[in-house]
Amino acid sequence: MENPIKGRVWIFGADIDTDVIIPGKYLRTKDMQVFASHAMEGIDPEFAKNVKAGDIIVAGNNFGCGSSREQAPLALKYAGVACVVAKSFARIFFRNAINVGLPLMEADVECQEGDEIEVDLLNGEVSVQDKGTFEGNKLPDFLLEILTDGGLVAHRKKLQSQEMKKEN
Amino acid sequence: MGTISEKIFSRAAGTEAKANDFVLADVDYAMAHDGTSVLAVNAFKEMEVEKVWDPERIVIPFDHIAPANNETAASLQHEIRDWIKEQQIPNFYEVGEGICHQVLPENGFALPGKLVVGADSHSCTYGAFGAFATGVGATDMAEIFATGKLWFRVPESIRMTVEGELGEGVYAKDLTLYLIGKTGIAGATYKAVEFYGPAISRLSVSGRMTLCNMAIEMGAKSGIVPPDGKTFEFLKNREAEPFDPVYADPAAEYAQEVCYDAGDIEPQLACPHQVDNVKPVGELEGTHVDQVFIGTCTNGRLEDLEVAAGILKGKKVAVRTIVIPASRSTLLAAIENGTMQTLLKAGVTLSTPGCGPCLGAHQGVLGEGEVCVSTANRNFRGRMGKGGFIYLASPATAAASALSGEITDPRKV
Repeated sequence: MENPIKGRVWIFGADIDTDVIIPGKYLRTKDMQVFASHAMEGIDPEFAKNVKAGDIIVAGNNFGCGSSREQAPLALKYAGVACVVAKSFARIFFRNAINVGLPLMEADVECQEGDEIEVDLLNGEVSVQDKGTFEGNKLPDFLLEILTDGGLVAHRKKLQSQEMKKEN
Repeated sequence: MGTISEKIFSRAAGTEAKANDFVLADVDYAMAHDGTSVLAVNAFKEMEVEKVWDPERIVIPFDHIAPANNETAASLQHEIRDWIKEQQIPNFYEVGEGICHQVLPENGFALPGKLVVGADSHSCTYGAFGAFATGVGATDMAEIFATGKLWFRVPESIRMTVEGELGEGVYAKDLTLYLIGKTGIAGATYKAVEFYGPAISRLSVSGRMTLCNMAIEMGAKSGIVPPDGKTFEFLKNREAEPFDPVYADPAAEYAQEVCYDAGDIEPQLACPHQVDNVKPVGELEGTHVDQVFIGTCTNGRLEDLEVAAGILKGKKVAVRTIVIPASRSTLLAAIENGTMQTLLKAGVTLSTPGCGPCLGAHQGVLGEGEVCVSTANRNFRGRMGKGGFIYLASPATAAASALSGEITDPRKV
């Protein structure tokens, strides 16, 4: 995991739900590019076309509310979103993002669409050019470790191989 | 000294757990359906773990796109069936058995005091039986498949009391929508809600399932009704294993205590496009309706179909009306007691027990600009089809609206 994460901002409001992040009709596939090509379609049909690798989403409260679909953080990740910063997250989206290796942070950040910002996950801070530094909620160390490993699958594999080494 | 959640997590984690503690807990039952099991099984395979932790504790119903609507869905379901056989998971429920949140309670997996985790956000339904039940995503489910354990932050709890009695024509769904309107879509985020009071005690098991089903729509991690005689009566001869009911201690600490009066509640609807956009039916009467949908894990049970049949008996629906029983046993019971005949004679369309059009994949999605009165639990933009408008309501309001083709107060029919 890269840290800090520098990128250009996309602004979204409060209560962005999983039905707008990735509508239900696109879920039945394992092709990540399908999810990516419809990311945020319900609220901004042009988003998937215009988002650039490394961009950062900054949103209001309750980001990712609604269903448990892991395709929501996957859609954002494979569309190129490097990190999501929101005032708060719906809890299942929060878990899913960490599990699929999409960095995120709870923070109330003052910035505008197109601003360049820097998210420092290890220190729980977000810096906005000309506007200063905003303190966020630093993730607990065990979640940072899952993110650093690249998500829960990679983390589980690491733990398994450590256990096997111990047994040998 | 704890809330129901603190006590269940203390048992499941084998350590005294207080609100906001991070714990690693043993999961009693794990559920994934045809939708979420695809990514969960994928992640499980990538983890390179050979066998699931305990095949008897995994439950997989096929309900979301059941029967499959195209080759892709069919092939993905085929893969999951193969994996289920390979892992020797006995609790597999095929297409047509019903919606996961109906199938688990009917088969005794939703039990007081248990920790039940589902790869579906409405898994909080099982709180109606005094379980701590919550939803997770696919990779978390893979982790449970592999280890039987998952990390949790023990939630703070809200104590929500409902005094009084619901009036005539006012149902559990109206109460539920009212409480969501009061709490807000994120009002209970990260928290568990414990429900108390005479209006809750009076609810049938079916009504409590409606209530707990929608706890997530106020952001809650879990909604829990303390088990009582009605709970135990329902569970008799169904329970998958012995259980110990868990109740809050008198000195339990709550993040918030709120109290409402059921007598204040009229039939309610959640208006497009957010579940907490709740209004009493009086403010919406006359709104044009294109489709009515009665079913889902929120309101597809026998009691719900009976209420709808009571309103539609001897009459004809004015707009297309889709009825989907929550399970095969619901459908059978509705056939046996004549409810289904009444509904079909009134002109409704019947589909396979399962999720139907709720998630916008098949069996009755909306066209651009169309309006649906639905007994489901979500009305987000685009959920049942791009450009559709969804009003969430009780089966009574839905049936009354089906008769007139516009939003109608069921007390006036």
